[in-house]
Amino acid sequence: MEDHRKTKKTITLNLLWFFGISTCVKLLLIPSYHSTDFEVHRNWLAITHSLPLSQWYIDKTSAWTLDYPPFFAYFEYILSFFANLVDPQIVDLEKGLNYKAESVVLFQRLSVIVCDLVLLYGVYRLSKNFFVGFKERVLLWVLVVWSPGLVIVDHMHFQYNGFLLGLLMLSISYLMEGRDLMGGTYFAVLLCFKHLFAVAAPVYFVYLLRHYCWKGFVKGIGRISVLGAVVGAVFAAAYGPFVHHGQMQQVIRRMFPFGRGLCHAYWAPNFWVFYILLDKGLAFLLRKLGLNIPVPAASFTGGLVGDSSPFAILPQVTPLTTFVMVLLALSPCLIKAWKNPRPESVARWIAYAYTCGFLFGWHVHEKASLHFVIPFAIVAGNSLEDARHYFLLSIVSCYSLFPLLYEAQEYPIKVLLLLLHSVLMWHGFSAQFTKDATAKATVPAKKTSKQVGLKGSSGATVEKGGFRIGWIGRCYLFGLMVVEIWGQFLHPYLLGDKLPFVPLLLISTYCALEIMYSWIWQLRQIMVSN
Amino acid sequence: MEKKERKKVQILKLETESNNLDDISCLFFQKGIMGSFLLISIFSLLLRVAVSLHSYSGAGSPPKFGDFEAQRHWMEITTNLPIKDWYFNTTNNDLSYWGLDYPPLTAYQSYFHGLFLKYFDPNSVSLFTSRGYETCFGKLLMRWTVLSSDLLIFFPAVLYFVLVYYGGTRSGLNKSDVAWHIAYNCISLGLTLGAVAAVLSQKDLLACVLFCLSLNHKQEIGSRSSFEGVLKTSDVCSVIPYVLLTENLRAGNLLSQIRLDEDCDNVFSRKFAEGARLRVLSESEIDLRSSFEEVVNMMHYQCLTTLIKGWKNNDLAMVTTLAQQMSAYYAPAFFSHLFGSCLRRKNPLLEVFKLGLAVVGTFAIVWWPYLHSRDAIFGVLSRLAPFERGIYEDYVANFWCSTSVLIKWKRLFTTHSLRFLSLVATILAFLPSMIQQVLAPSSKGFLYGLLNSSFAFYLFSFQVHSAAASARNLVDYGIAWCVLYVSNAFCIVLYVSSSVS
Repeated sequence: MEDHRKTKKTITLNLLWFFGISTCVKLLLIPSYHSTDFEVHRNWLAITHSLPLSQWYIDKTSAWTLDYPPFFAYFEYILSFFANLVDPQIVDLEKGLNYKAESVVLFQRLSVIVCDLVLLYGVYRLSKNFFVGFKERVLLWVLVVWSPGLVIVDHMHFQYNGFLLGLLMLSISYLMEGRDLMGGTYFAVLLCFKHLFAVAAPVYFVYLLRHYCWKGFVKGIGRISVLGAVVGAVFAAAYGPFVHHGQMQQVIRRMFPFGRGLCHAYWAPNFWVFYILLDKGLAFLLRKLGLNIPVPAASFTGGLVGDSSPFAILPQVTPLTTFVMVLLALSPCLIKAWKNPRPESVARWIAYAYTCGFLFGWHVHEKASLHFVIPFAIVAGNSLEDARHYFLLSIVSCYSLFPLLYEAQEYPIKVLLLLLHSVLMWHGFSAQFTKDATAKATVPAKKTSKQVGLKGSSGATVEKGGFRIGWIGRCYLFGLMVVEIWGQFLHPYLLGDKLPFVPLLLISTYCALEIMYSWIWQLRQIMVSN
Repeated sequence: MEKKERKKVQILKLETESNNLDDISCLFFQKGIMGSFLLISIFSLLLRVAVSLHSYSGAGSPPKFGDFEAQRHWMEITTNLPIKDWYFNTTNNDLSYWGLDYPPLTAYQSYFHGLFLKYFDPNSVSLFTSRGYETCFGKLLMRWTVLSSDLLIFFPAVLYFVLVYYGGTRSGLNKSDVAWHIAYNCISLGLTLGAVAAVLSQKDLLACVLFCLSLNHKQEIGSRSSFEGVLKTSDVCSVIPYVLLTENLRAGNLLSQIRLDEDCDNVFSRKFAEGARLRVLSESEIDLRSSFEEVVNMMHYQCLTTLIKGWKNNDLAMVTTLAQQMSAYYAPAFFSHLFGSCLRRKNPLLEVFKLGLAVVGTFAIVWWPYLHSRDAIFGVLSRLAPFERGIYEDYVANFWCSTSVLIKWKRLFTTHSLRFLSLVATILAFLPSMIQQVLAPSSKGFLYGLLNSSFAFYLFSFQVHSAAASARNLVDYGIAWCVLYVSNAFCIVLYVSSSVS
């Protein structure tokens, strides 16, 4: 027991070191560029502070209306107290519009940094219970606590993803421990913070039903009612006040703005990029062949305007289509979860669910790639294939965030963040997989998955035991560099202002390739595992 | 995978906890020297870029602005005026407004950076109209010039040094992280470090050229501020292991590094000089507090030197202290070592001649535009820092200052004789190692010589400046400092772990 306490203490200390270093970098990044999301969140502070609850989802003073679920509104409400202490103008609905003083920047930035403590706690729980080897633990910390994607999205572009992902990590850690009720509760809480996380709800539902409730009839009914009661209580706490005011419809309308288009302004690297490109290509070909193809009036990003379709040839895509496709893509995983609900696979399944949501979802934002990259870090060190897959995936997901920071000032920062992350991963994975002898001794279970599937694309270097990404991976990364160099330097130099969308399109398409591959790889991994 | 099994395993084996520190370093430094170099240089670059997001000295404070403006003005001058006018007061070149007062190599560097700025933002270096030019883009370009010079000169020099110095030994891998960490960002320093590496790898001519270049880049670099001095007080008072002392030295270095970043490269020293001059104006300024700090600094150094003797890998300390001194401080060591090793060769006269030729040649190339007349040479020379600022400025250096508490030097001697006294003391201080090097040159001895001669200059020479950090600085650099301290402490952990193994 003494030893156990000592372990805990060392973990805490080491983890705090990691967190401290990342916090320092985040502090230094305070003056960097922030997007309109910054003003969005400031406006929410003002809404929740100066209006009564019944007006929160109705107010239209600013274009950035409150469109997150109620828990997030409550969260902003609590923050707004402190904001009011710091500078009352922050929480002023009218005077605070587009307020850019030092105080508000500092306050909001610091609030994100402090909220990252939730992520830290999630990681702490995971590393305390499931990561025996020191190297694996450090690897997890490097991948999550030092994640470049989180730094770019949260601490530069501005959002509270670290905090939300922290809740997800907490939920996963409870599920992996076998404490399903807690895991489910945390997930329900998370859903009431940000409904985009609902993509994994089918996985949770099937898993909890099978693993937690499927214990004979009487016990099962009892457990279902307990789980239902807890989740119901969470949702009641969130939505109760709005039901009381009779605003549920309004709240839901705000939360699901289907008026937005299939793609975000910058196309997230997902399946629809290929779909759109195919449509454009076909239209171009047919026009060359002399057919009269009308140019579609609607745009992909503009949303549904009447009946007009943004596609010239291919069938129209509606939110319902995307919903069905996500469910279809999820179904193999759901079946697997039903057949064999193992707590060890939960992280993988959840990551897979978010991958599906990212690939096939409606109006997906490229930031959503964090939703699967971060949970996937939990299993990244499990086997060599996982490591290889994760290495590429996380580089690509971070790279796909580059267009978020388009100003020259942040250019070196994002590049260096990505480089540092790659080098760290490279070192970490190499360290983990070179000393195979020790790894075998401590974690014999690791071998099993290693024999199951070789990474299809890369060369078979498993028997060596060293961490290599294979020639296809290398070619892909080289291509990534070419895409970046083209977009940043060659394109403006050679073509000037012509075809300004090409660099972004290239990034989307090129990254989508890897994400598609990752999806197939994950699906395969889930199918073959037993 | 089998998490449950693992959990059981965990309870049975609480492995790795005792040697976990080992594992961290093995994780980050297991890819060999190049791997760790990559890691550390990327991280330090990231820090630099992140720091560069913040404000700089003299931002938005007309009429003279600050060091940032000085650098920019040099670029303006060098890109717009013919090379022979750079150092001279003409209608187009007002020397009283941040006139160029560093050696030619600095001017050339400004010229190239100026070209870079001109290409992207011509307004930022246009003659006269660009004074006080402060746009985001201009600032960004300036920052990038600093980064690029770090990347092109300093980092390779450090790499070269580490490869030469630690490359051969088995334990080199572990040490390398320590050596990496001395990442000061001066070009001059990079050149000096390159020269040291060249000496160690027996490439005498290359060493000569590099060292001459570094002499020509600038005469001095900012040594240390009293803020750092305060930091060290705690260390000296509580006698902690030597390793930590060097680690803290490194913290100091990092601090000055980040300030150099802030101040846009090499103008740091300028600030020091100004600070020193201000102090001279009001005699009482050299008050008890600052002299106390000087004492502490010196005590720290003495502590260091005595501890060095007892520590077996002491060469490391030299490397760390190296960088805080002016490159000119090392001249005796370079001279004596190279001279000494020439004498051992088959044809001593020829060798000495070759070295002499390299020195003269390098100087000639750098000074070429001004070699056409005596006036031009002296004109430039008179602009260079030590002469104008007065090498004999009435500012008391370390040893003198700290002992003045007991002996009132200034009352006992005239300035002239003090000057002489300090000269003699300096020479006496570095002479032993010089003689030793001439008689028996060796790599280790050379490093000792570097340390010795830099100490000699630091302690006994006349014009060492030590600027006090103002309160504004403390706030400005507070965040930056916090970052550095944490990362530095992290390195202590790494270092201790590697030295234990």
